[in-house]
Amino acid sequence: MRDNPSTLAAPPLPSARRSLDRRDFIRLLGGGIIVLFNADLSDLLGQESRTRGYPTDFNAYLRIAGDGRVTIYSGKIEMGQGIVTSLAQMAADELAVSLDSIDMVMGDTALCPFDNGTYGSMSTRFFGPALRAAAAEAKVVLLTLASEHLKTPPDALSVQDGVVFLASDRTIRVTFGQLAKGQKIVRKLDGKAVTKSVSEFRVMGRPEKRRDARAKVTGRAQFAGDIRLPGMLYARILRPPAHGAALKSVDASAAARLPGVVVVNEGGMVAVLHTDPEAAEKALALIHADFDVPGPAFDDKTVFAHLLSVAGEGEEREKKGDLAEGEKRSVSLFEGKYVNGYGAHAPIETHTALARLEGGTMTVWSSTQTPFPSQQAIAQAIGFAVENVRVITPFVGGGFGGKSAGLQAIEAAKLAKLTGKPVQVCWSRAEEFFLDTFRPAAVVRIRSGLDGAGRICLWDYQVYAAGSRSSEQFYDVPNNLIRTYGRWGSETPKMHLFATGPWRAPGANLNVFARESQIDAMAAKAKVDPLEFRLNNTSDKRMRRVLEAAAGRFGWKKAVAPSSRGVGVACGIDAGTYVAMMAEASVDAATGRVKVGRIVCAQDMGVVINPDGAKMQMEGCVMMGLGYTLSEEVHFNGGRILTRNFDTYEVPRFSGMPEIETVLVKNDELTPQGGGEPAIVPVGAVVANAIFDATGARLFQMPMTAERVKEALK
Amino acid sequence: MKDSISFRLNGKPIQLDVDGDRTLLWVLRTDLGLTGTKFGCGESLCGACTVVVSKEAVRSCQVPMKAVRGKDVMTIEGLAPNGKLHPLQEAFADTGGLQCGFCTPGMIMNAYALLLKTPKPTRGQIRAGMEDNLCRCAAHHRIVQAIERVSTLA
Repeated sequence: MRDNPSTLAAPPLPSARRSLDRRDFIRLLGGGIIVLFNADLSDLLGQESRTRGYPTDFNAYLRIAGDGRVTIYSGKIEMGQGIVTSLAQMAADELAVSLDSIDMVMGDTALCPFDNGTYGSMSTRFFGPALRAAAAEAKVVLLTLASEHLKTPPDALSVQDGVVFLASDRTIRVTFGQLAKGQKIVRKLDGKAVTKSVSEFRVMGRPEKRRDARAKVTGRAQFAGDIRLPGMLYARILRPPAHGAALKSVDASAAARLPGVVVVNEGGMVAVLHTDPEAAEKALALIHADFDVPGPAFDDKTVFAHLLSVAGEGEEREKKGDLAEGEKRSVSLFEGKYVNGYGAHAPIETHTALARLEGGTMTVWSSTQTPFPSQQAIAQAIGFAVENVRVITPFVGGGFGGKSAGLQAIEAAKLAKLTGKPVQVCWSRAEEFFLDTFRPAAVVRIRSGLDGAGRICLWDYQVYAAGSRSSEQFYDVPNNLIRTYGRWGSETPKMHLFATGPWRAPGANLNVFARESQIDAMAAKAKVDPLEFRLNNTSDKRMRRVLEAAAGRFGWKKAVAPSSRGVGVACGIDAGTYVAMMAEASVDAATGRVKVGRIVCAQDMGVVINPDGAKMQMEGCVMMGLGYTLSEEVHFNGGRILTRNFDTYEVPRFSGMPEIETVLVKNDELTPQGGGEPAIVPVGAVVANAIFDATGARLFQMPMTAERVKEALK
Repeated sequence: MKDSISFRLNGKPIQLDVDGDRTLLWVLRTDLGLTGTKFGCGESLCGACTVVVSKEAVRSCQVPMKAVRGKDVMTIEGLAPNGKLHPLQEAFADTGGLQCGFCTPGMIMNAYALLLKTPKPTRGQIRAGMEDNLCRCAAHHRIVQAIERVSTLA
């Protein structure tokens, strides 16, 4: 992605060589001042980024050109979360240039530093510090040059908006562009340059409008499906009627008779291609294929029993005290089983890629969250060296974890290799629902106990198929055991009939739904106001602060649930960020329909780079969260996916929009934490608790559809 | 079967020799290179392909070319003909009524037709009028704010 769509064309690569060396690379970027990273940045980036493989190639973080423009290179991608703006803010601030002088190049494997993928709310947390350090390093270089140029010691100089001047006489000045012009300075990042403290921020911490807004409101922003190459073909690929089905026979002769159709039948892939996508669609309909479809093993209703039966041995994640002791001390015991079916990502842009083979290099423009892993997967699939595959990521039309795989890019590359033409693969909506890596169906079982003083003394938590994210205990429980069953995602064979994968805050939505529902049930039994119960049972200062901030904004009034008012509270930790949420909901007893009227979300995410961007993510999390909470569910029977479009997969709409109020709880002592996911994790629980408060009925399954609510009211 | 079809596109007359059964969406996106109009679902369920035909918001994935003969077709590219943003475009950008931006052209065209019919809609009318345009990033709030801002200017 380049945030100036007019510069989309990729610069030529010296593709005859086996790989690009550093000299080629620098020639490719052009002159100026270039900051590369040093191979050992682990001290700067911390343990977590080291395990993520940050970064070991020689690509640059940034370049300052002779015209004063600053280009930032990031292996991250922009899919709506707004880092095209917040990363630019970081670099502008550290370099002391205006935000307008920054150009962003993102997700291009030939130009950007290696990155494992854009997920897990990690861009600001882990790429951010490296980028800021690179910008700070570049500023040191520029100051040194300026000091030589102006024949003044560096400490007599000041910098503002890309101009270095004598602090005592502003007319004695030189611009970054003048300093960079004609230079070929390459600096390795050693992490010694000092980045700014919060009190020195000028661009960071300021609400900034989206840099990509203009391109997006005019329709000029290019997504993978918008790129046109001469002679390109649009492909449609034959899909089985069910997962696990085997192709017995195929007859594409009728399709092949349509004028202009190219038929490919190679290595298990049957595809038809045409210069007109609708003609390809027609050709696909003419293919006669027979499949062996296995009988259904389980469906969307029986899946939970299936998961429990195949889960196998549990893994202990957290252990403290002794469960038997906790049980002995309990005056009341609680058991809850919470479930959630498969969920689809359903981005409005379906998986799309365009592949072109030219001069021995396969270039793939792909809607992906993981350009570098995708580059490797494509290379392997088509038998190319990794250096001879380039993935370019244009704007991505929503990801939510679903564009972490990248099958469509492999399909496009294979077809481009087979046909010798540029090939676009753009999945239909039915393909998107069929091939999506669903959020896995999962189960949580909790056994908990309260002592005579209203303190939680037992917490026995077992999660099946969702993983442990956001299940960490932050209540003060002396006897606590958290176990996970079944490796997360698609790693456990026999668990799922189709691919599963990360879905915005993977596993956390169910874990927080389960924990916070259970906590609410305990508060009700103890006849204590649910906010007070939480505060009584946690000494975690950050959690107490966000709870109190939410209560203040919401105007929380103490009452024991169910109070018939329809108010709820829930809280959670995700990606280092603390979130507390309060909601007001009403339930139509006749239909079971739930209407959420108001949600307040308070969040402590450490230092905030772009407060407006952070709030957009919080609002989006709340609103998207109402989908998994109330309506989104994939229906299936065995390997057949019955959900095929938005008529049966019900995502949030304008009519379901509550009033949303967001509160950023200031915490400048802490480096920036995650922003794209945390606020989605308490939504299920806060609505469940508001339903309980309104009706006295407790829901144990998400989505809490009208039918399920009606059933619970009986 | 190719047919000669004349209509107005973004204010200018145009004549195309195309199969009248092809859909407006794909003719815009391929033959004419107007890729601002997006494919989202192919069954008029998401609104990403919304364009305005003779003042009505339509789902271009369901409109055959023969149905636009003699009509006035407006796409997102026609809203800022000289590079000057339409007030709706300004408002979506200013309020942050977009995230990934993929539904945005359809949202704006749907809102454009809504305001042609109802220049001063209530918040309820805005919600009802936008109900069938889906935004997966869930920027709904700010989209409503953006439309409200334009309607109060009008």
